[in-house]
Amino acid sequence: MQELDTVGQGSVRVTRKSDKLVILEKDLATEQMVLAMGPQHPSTHGVLKLECLTDGEVITEAIPCLGYLHRCFEKCCENVDYPAIVPYTDRLDYLSGMNSEFAYALAVEKLLDLEIPRRVEFIRVIVSELNRIASHLVAIGTYGIDLGAFTPFLFCFRDREIILGLLEWASGARMLYNYIWIGGLAYDVPTDFLKRVREFVAYFRPKAVELQNLLTENEIFVKRTHGIGIMPADVAINYGWSGPMLRGSGVKWDLRRNDPYSVYPEIDFKVAVPDGKHSVIGDCLSRHLVRAVEMEESLKIIEQCIDKIPSPEGFNSRSAIPKRIRPKAGEVYSRAENPRGELGFYLESDGKSTKPVRCKARSSCFVNLSAMKDLSKGQLIPDLVAIIGSIDIVLGEVDR
Amino acid sequence: MGNSLNAWSEALIGFNLLGLPLGLIVIAVIPLLFIALYSLTYGVYGERKISAFMQDRLGPMEVGKWGILQTIADILKLIQKEDILPTSADRFLFVIGPGILFVGSFLAYAVLPFSPAFIGASLNVGLYYAIGIVALEVVGILAAGWGSNNKWSLYGAVRSVAQIVSYEIPAAIALLCGAMMAGTLDMQQINVLQSGEYGFAHFYLFQSPIAWLPFLIYFIASLAEVNRAPFDIPEAESELVAGYFTEYSGMKFAVIFLAEYGSMFMVSAIISVVFLGGWNSPLPNLGSFALNTWTNGPVWGAFWMISKGFFFIFVQMWLRWTLPRLRVDQLMYLCWKVLTPFAFISFVLTAIWEIYVP
Repeated sequence: MQELDTVGQGSVRVTRKSDKLVILEKDLATEQMVLAMGPQHPSTHGVLKLECLTDGEVITEAIPCLGYLHRCFEKCCENVDYPAIVPYTDRLDYLSGMNSEFAYALAVEKLLDLEIPRRVEFIRVIVSELNRIASHLVAIGTYGIDLGAFTPFLFCFRDREIILGLLEWASGARMLYNYIWIGGLAYDVPTDFLKRVREFVAYFRPKAVELQNLLTENEIFVKRTHGIGIMPADVAINYGWSGPMLRGSGVKWDLRRNDPYSVYPEIDFKVAVPDGKHSVIGDCLSRHLVRAVEMEESLKIIEQCIDKIPSPEGFNSRSAIPKRIRPKAGEVYSRAENPRGELGFYLESDGKSTKPVRCKARSSCFVNLSAMKDLSKGQLIPDLVAIIGSIDIVLGEVDR
Repeated sequence: MGNSLNAWSEALIGFNLLGLPLGLIVIAVIPLLFIALYSLTYGVYGERKISAFMQDRLGPMEVGKWGILQTIADILKLIQKEDILPTSADRFLFVIGPGILFVGSFLAYAVLPFSPAFIGASLNVGLYYAIGIVALEVVGILAAGWGSNNKWSLYGAVRSVAQIVSYEIPAAIALLCGAMMAGTLDMQQINVLQSGEYGFAHFYLFQSPIAWLPFLIYFIASLAEVNRAPFDIPEAESELVAGYFTEYSGMKFAVIFLAEYGSMFMVSAIISVVFLGGWNSPLPNLGSFALNTWTNGPVWGAFWMISKGFFFIFVQMWLRWTLPRLRVDQLMYLCWKVLTPFAFISFVLTAIWEIYVP
């Protein structure tokens, strides 16, 4: 059965019977409707607006309209000193502030060629992996909401609350931390912090299994996500996808492995890719599974870091922080694996100023979202919601 | 018991004051009050507390002890709200939509036997009427969705109509199985036929080895008919904002809500009447412990009827807070390719059982 457009008005629905076209229905003139999904729609995860051209419930085209949360991040950065940019990076991807700070700190440290104390490195990895779990919990929870399952969302938030409590204990803030500074940390972690983190790891393991039982093994959930929004690996690479999205398409690419930074080379963890047994590689379910496995891997990383971390004796978290940051003239691009993919910072210094001449953030969400047009073609509205949810965008990072 | 059947409602019918049929008004008011009270207490407050319990949180805790007065506060708020009428809406349809919706769900209460001594209208085609009158809700939903002049509402309304009309077929066939076992469509008679000293063993669910199939089919289909999860596609808040009542606010919204809770109890009551003995006590007589005899009667009947209804509402809430939502096409697939064929199979099997097994 195929649909052909005839000359003139309307269309016909035809079917092939032994190489003959048989007309089933004539003049099926369907009018397309423009449906503005967002910016206040509940499942566009913020202020994304999708302009959908719909034919009944089928989307013929969906174009993302951005900019509702644009805060001139890059222009602001040109007007403040290097350390003052750190709080701005928190507000990029507000669900994983630690990771963004980490990526930015790496970039400036690369520009300055700084040597970082080992304990600082370990603490950075621990807090950013904790934040990765928190971020994936939000991603998984809101994905459940998108598909109509409300309870997993609150289970996720209950556990995320503990992580936020830990990070608040360390940094003083729940989401916008300003904790990882260039060359060090704002403070060393509190005395019992690592013990509490270890307790959390022990607590969270069974909870993660419970979450999987409730959501991932749910028949309806699988039905809604299996084989929906398939992105082949080559197209994903061409779009510049990264993070769980790219791994969901079966590409084993993780910057913590492929372009290692900090102490990740010393740590043993698995890069999660779907095996194709439970899901079609590249579909929404694969991306969800990748996130679920990554949470477990983050737990492993945290445990190893706690085992390896040097003792706090004689440690000053600010010892390596330069008094004044005025890098030599030059440019640097540094990237790190964020929960949502590759967050890269391009910094350019003229050698005279304490402010960057140019700061560009390569946002993973923005790049991942760019494939929306391809992914949404010919999908139903509920599937569109499932696809947006699986991309896991944070508009703060998309619009910057 | 046969003598006392409908005793209260018949006494009320005869009650006139100054030529006014006051008794009839009271009969109509009782279900109305029941809907309002139950939606207030069990419906809204109960659902919030039950969902809170399932989700590891407390639920409403601020207004009154354990937040008991929360619903009252919400209603006061809703009454105070401005009655917004969108400028581009179709005034007539927009206003009448919630009304039809509520009337549709409320009319079915006429044939619900609340107790052996009380039924609004003891029709001899009660079950048929109950199945038929629910379809009126579709008109209300369509009016609300179209009248709102909002694309999301229209989507919600169209989805809802398609869903309710489709799911009426397996639901009706499943109920026919029960009617076949009873041999009558009279709701009160169906209950009487399920009475007996062995309590639950007389319920139709346990009277035939096939009865669980129509029971299950009707339960699933009734979830879809009242737009509850996992079939809450018409109001799917993550897809369609709020479906056909996106534009509604204030008391109109409250009326739609009331209609939803009214329908929830209505389908729960129908399933308990047809398959679980309605107002009959499930307790069996154990020798000298005549539990069944002790726990039957007009007042006990009302207790059992309402408890059974509440139990099914609890299951509906349980499912709602556990399951994700199906997609539109999957919903239709489930209806036409799974539930309807199985409903027919159960219909034939029940017929065979009723004819050949005494």
